[in-house]
Amino acid sequence: MNEFSLWTVFTLVVGLVAILAFIAGNAMALVWMERKVAGFIQRRPGPNQLGPAGVLQSVADAVKLLFKQILKPSNADSIIFFLAPILSFFPVALLFMPLPFSPFFTAYSPNLGLLLILAFSGINVLAVLLAGWSSNNKYSLYGAARGVSQSVAYEIPLLLAVLAIAFQHGTLNLSEIVEQQGGWPWQWNVFTQPLAFLIYFISIFGETNRSPFDLPEAESELTAGFHTEYSGMGFALFFLAEYANMVLVCCVATALFLGGWKGPFLDGFWWFLAKAYGLLFIMMWVRWTYPRARFDMLLNLNWKWLLPLGALNLLATAFVMKLF
Amino acid sequence: MTRPIFSDTKGDFYSINFEKGARENTIILNMGPQHPSTHGVLRILLELDGEYIVRAEPVLGYLHRMHEKMGEVKTVGQYMANMGRVDYLHAMAWNWAWAGAAERLAGIEVPERAEYLRIIATELNRIASHQVWWGAYILDLGAFTPILYSFEDREKILDMLQMMSGARLTFSYFRLGGVANDVPPVFFDRLREFIPYMRNRLNMYHALVTGNMILKQRIEGIGVMDVDACNRYGATGPMCRGSGIAHDTRRAEPYGLYDRFDFNIPVYHEGCCMARYMVRLDEIEESLKILEQAVAAIPEGPVLPAKPLKFNAKLPAGEAYYAVEGGRGKIGVWVASDGGKTPYRIKLRAPGFSNLSIFSELAEGTLIADSIAILGSLDLVIPEVDR
Repeated sequence: MNEFSLWTVFTLVVGLVAILAFIAGNAMALVWMERKVAGFIQRRPGPNQLGPAGVLQSVADAVKLLFKQILKPSNADSIIFFLAPILSFFPVALLFMPLPFSPFFTAYSPNLGLLLILAFSGINVLAVLLAGWSSNNKYSLYGAARGVSQSVAYEIPLLLAVLAIAFQHGTLNLSEIVEQQGGWPWQWNVFTQPLAFLIYFISIFGETNRSPFDLPEAESELTAGFHTEYSGMGFALFFLAEYANMVLVCCVATALFLGGWKGPFLDGFWWFLAKAYGLLFIMMWVRWTYPRARFDMLLNLNWKWLLPLGALNLLATAFVMKLF
Repeated sequence: MTRPIFSDTKGDFYSINFEKGARENTIILNMGPQHPSTHGVLRILLELDGEYIVRAEPVLGYLHRMHEKMGEVKTVGQYMANMGRVDYLHAMAWNWAWAGAAERLAGIEVPERAEYLRIIATELNRIASHQVWWGAYILDLGAFTPILYSFEDREKILDMLQMMSGARLTFSYFRLGGVANDVPPVFFDRLREFIPYMRNRLNMYHALVTGNMILKQRIEGIGVMDVDACNRYGATGPMCRGSGIAHDTRRAEPYGLYDRFDFNIPVYHEGCCMARYMVRLDEIEESLKILEQAVAAIPEGPVLPAKPLKFNAKLPAGEAYYAVEGGRGKIGVWVASDGGKTPYRIKLRAPGFSNLSIFSELAEGTLIADSIAILGSLDLVIPEVDR
């Protein structure tokens, strides 16, 4: 990828546009799915009025959010207040670039794809911090403080888990990692690295602020946490970013641990999406079942269990790699 | 005991602790009156050091509806309608407290069938009240689903109570000397079906929520209240039974026909939120036991005495006090009459008020998340606290 040709630019632009469409479409689908899953778990129908099985409900919501007045608290810092939602959404679009949906559906396949994802996913935290700080609201401030310490804590075990996979395959290129895995479930990394998968899967709940680790929002404690003061599109962008982040971490998990686009037969992006959506379903299932963890519980789990286990796992991987 | 921090200042808790504003390194946070987990319009002032609570103070008065004053300008029958609105979750117990106080003063005998119907109505309502608490409490702790399960079951109870009284929330089923009307025959079939159904569901509640590791860590050993604190604040109901005091008005000062029934008083000694949680769920089981016995033993007969007290009857001069066990604790009504058209004075003893008073002491030094867990475990109904 050293030569900078017109073709590269073309694929990048097409890829970005496709990704933006993918994110927006996915968020719509996921909001609908989340409501249907919640309805199923709570033994109620969920949205069922707009369109077949209520699929147009998310469209109606999006329209409502578009037309809603955007309010700014009187003493809020205007620039940062409006910058924060934009900052939370845009890195996510970039993060989808190196994802290998299939050998053909890959916008950009750099050798350091994994590093790119890990580096840019940190920017989301900055958005949370800025939103909480600029809102001039104590609840928002508490949400932001929680968000930062939580993300700082959970990025390290996440990194350790991912690093073990990179060790094993000797590359940071997501496409190559998928290539080296087989189509059958026992050829996936989840079987060679079950501990890394577990650590990764727990960490992504903290990373994406999903229940049971949704402490920055914690609506029964902090009303709505860092986005308390946001309405209309400001809120919509945070919402979009949350769902895009969920899709992203599940896609990365699919590529790293579940064999990506490969399946027992008919390899293709449908396998990738099916696996990613399976993980998303589990995330929703957890959200509608478990109570919220308290802050010290969350940090204890992270620093006392995930971090040492991640380090041990990395050591064991290195040892095995050296030995064989 | 709450320690005033500026001990040289005179005044109430608010002016001593909050009027001067935050100290160095603390933030004063207004939780409520509009907040998702204050269940109505309770306002709590928190002084926070990071996430730790240095001081907490509930501020009341946002739902003051002058129930006591209204008792002085309404006739005995008219005032019954207020009772369903003092504590909307356990309205039947308040119905009973007022009817009981007026009957005691007027010296009216209640027919046996009416006594049984009163017990059935009150116990059904108690189960419904605990179900709402259970769902809302787990919701406070961050799990969305249980409240929908408990409301599904509560719907069945509300259907039955609707058969009895015609209302679904703010009941005025009791009359002075009995109850408003008899129940349709199908009611008892529904009740017989409901008892085993609810036992099943109670097991499901435990399987789904009680054993959950996150829940256990959130509420076990949080908000520990000892016997001494219960005595100092006058905590009653599940609050004191969770701290090892086996006090239940149905046993301690038997009223109605409760002395004929065989039921246990669930007591836990830990005094934490988990103990109060377990007391409330066990009470659902005990209420089911009472209902079972009541359905088997209810006699035929009238539901009002031959000469019931009229709607606008004058109470004879004198005083009377009547206490019943509500879902939240001991409900007391004291009525004084000078023989006029309306009672001279009325005092309502609401358990929620005493239970809320403990909050400042329990919340001190805990995290925000813990204070929500403690606040939820008090099982507050704000109209009852403010009256």
